[in-house]
Amino acid sequence: MSIDETTAARVAKLARIKVEDAALPALVTDFNRILGFIEQLNEVDIDGVEPMTSVTPQRLKRRDDVVTDGNQQDKILSNAPDAREGFFAVPKVME
Amino acid sequence: MSDLNKLGLAQARDALRKGDTTSVELTAACLSAIEAAGALNAFVHKTPELALDQARAADARIAAGDAPAMCGLPLGIKDLFCTKGVPSQAGSRILEGFLPEYESTVSQNLLDAGTVMLGKLNMDEFAMGSSNETSVYGNAVNPWRRGNDDAALTPGGSSGGSAAAVSADLCLAATGTDTGGSIRQPAAFTGIVGIKPTYGRCSRWGVVAFASSLDQAGPMTKSVRDAAMMLTTMCGHDPKDSTSADLAVPDFEAMLTGDIKGKQIGIPREYRMDGMPEEIETLWTQGTDMLRDAGASIVDITLPHTKYALPAYYVIAPAEASSNLARYDGVRYGHRATLGQGDGITEMYEKTRAEGFGPEVQRRVMIGTYVLSAGFYDAYYNRARRVRTLIKKDFENVFADGIDAILTPATPSAAFGLGDMTDADPIQMYLNDVFTVTVNLAGLPGISVPVGQDKQGLPMGLQLIGRPWDEGDLLNTAYALEGAAGFVAKPGKWW
Repeated sequence: MSIDETTAARVAKLARIKVEDAALPALVTDFNRILGFIEQLNEVDIDGVEPMTSVTPQRLKRRDDVVTDGNQQDKILSNAPDAREGFFAVPKVME
Repeated sequence: MSDLNKLGLAQARDALRKGDTTSVELTAACLSAIEAAGALNAFVHKTPELALDQARAADARIAAGDAPAMCGLPLGIKDLFCTKGVPSQAGSRILEGFLPEYESTVSQNLLDAGTVMLGKLNMDEFAMGSSNETSVYGNAVNPWRRGNDDAALTPGGSSGGSAAAVSADLCLAATGTDTGGSIRQPAAFTGIVGIKPTYGRCSRWGVVAFASSLDQAGPMTKSVRDAAMMLTTMCGHDPKDSTSADLAVPDFEAMLTGDIKGKQIGIPREYRMDGMPEEIETLWTQGTDMLRDAGASIVDITLPHTKYALPAYYVIAPAEASSNLARYDGVRYGHRATLGQGDGITEMYEKTRAEGFGPEVQRRVMIGTYVLSAGFYDAYYNRARRVRTLIKKDFENVFADGIDAILTPATPSAAFGLGDMTDADPIQMYLNDVFTVTVNLAGLPGISVPVGQDKQGLPMGLQLIGRPWDEGDLLNTAYALEGAAGFVAKPGKWW
């Protein structure tokens, strides 16, 4: 399976990474080399094999559903590129 | 005492306890070595004042007879670990200016044990790379050179700064992380010891995530004893990481007897690759002989799905990375692109991520996005997870047959030149992890031990792979190998 520039542009859009049109051909070449390498997996007989969900057999622990943390607004906002009046600020989302 | 920065952890600990030196002296020796080693570009954020404060506190505790296990020992910390109030960028532009409000569990465990942090260490961006060439800080440089040739070599990656720093005696030891080989490959390239423990041994909390089902932290040290000592401190159950194992952590150092009589060591036939340099092949044979001479029995084994580990990894790791790196959106921390008139939130995301991520990270995020996208999820992601099940089963089968540890080469070559792979296709770089990546996919512990040098004088390492949760036994086998190999060479100082 190989991909073309339209698909590469769509993937870039889905990944929210701006890729200039001029950069697409090189990206397509890289993608197709990597996908070609991955294609080897088609040689493996996976009939009846479960997809791995956890590499070590363990059950996730449970805990009481209670608030154990919070009241750290200043700390949470301290690294924001733009924070105003106790909120993260972003460009206008809706007109 | 002179050249205090050249000590290992255990030697320095013993010297401190005897009163032969102080943590301030050890720390000052390391800080001087770091200042003189700018050419290696290993330390990218230095914290000398913090280090000396911590060293003075450690000396007070030692004097008061209240010294925890690693009291006063100066370490370097990989930039992937969030360290409170100290830049933690994961080698990426997108985390420029980020000052964590919290400390990762592993680095906190080390601080609780009395260690001193000298600063943060260079690495490939988001731990994606095998040569440290994807770092926003520029290349870290291997202290080793080929004979008298002054060509700069890679220290490996992604924990390249950690490897260079330990090898050049800029610190006593360093933390690393390993998703596909990022502790073991750089350790092999620089003649040091590096262990990736069983998945779940070290908490991932506060370690910038790359591929969460594969990432593990571990120590990079000057000896197996040091690795055992530091791993004991780094490990432990953490309620803040749901995949952290709630298991007792033994004193790994106390398990080093060097006695491996009767142990069964597996030699996997699939690790004999076409085109592998003869010197690596010879080293592997020598290592096998050393373990046999130490009383182990050598068994030929088969791990039939080995060939499919790298392709499976290059589906699973990018898939997880595309999901984990979605958080870098220019809103909560780090870099945000300057926006043009009329740019909305989507343009903010797209420009921020295009500016903030380097080419290799962008490539992997997009590959991950593709393999997880509608219509391809089964063909790529689910298939890779099924193959991963088979790779793990290969190991379970040999351990069930009584194998105690598996011996393989650590890397398919010795360190290569910085820039040598610039024009190669990405797959060539990925092949560096061919012997190590199986271990991450199976969640097993693996250790790289320096065993010999090639004809140009570069160090070469062998890897031992152990049973899950049996790091103590694995370290003991590594200890026997280290003793038999007697690797003591150090890089000649040129920097």
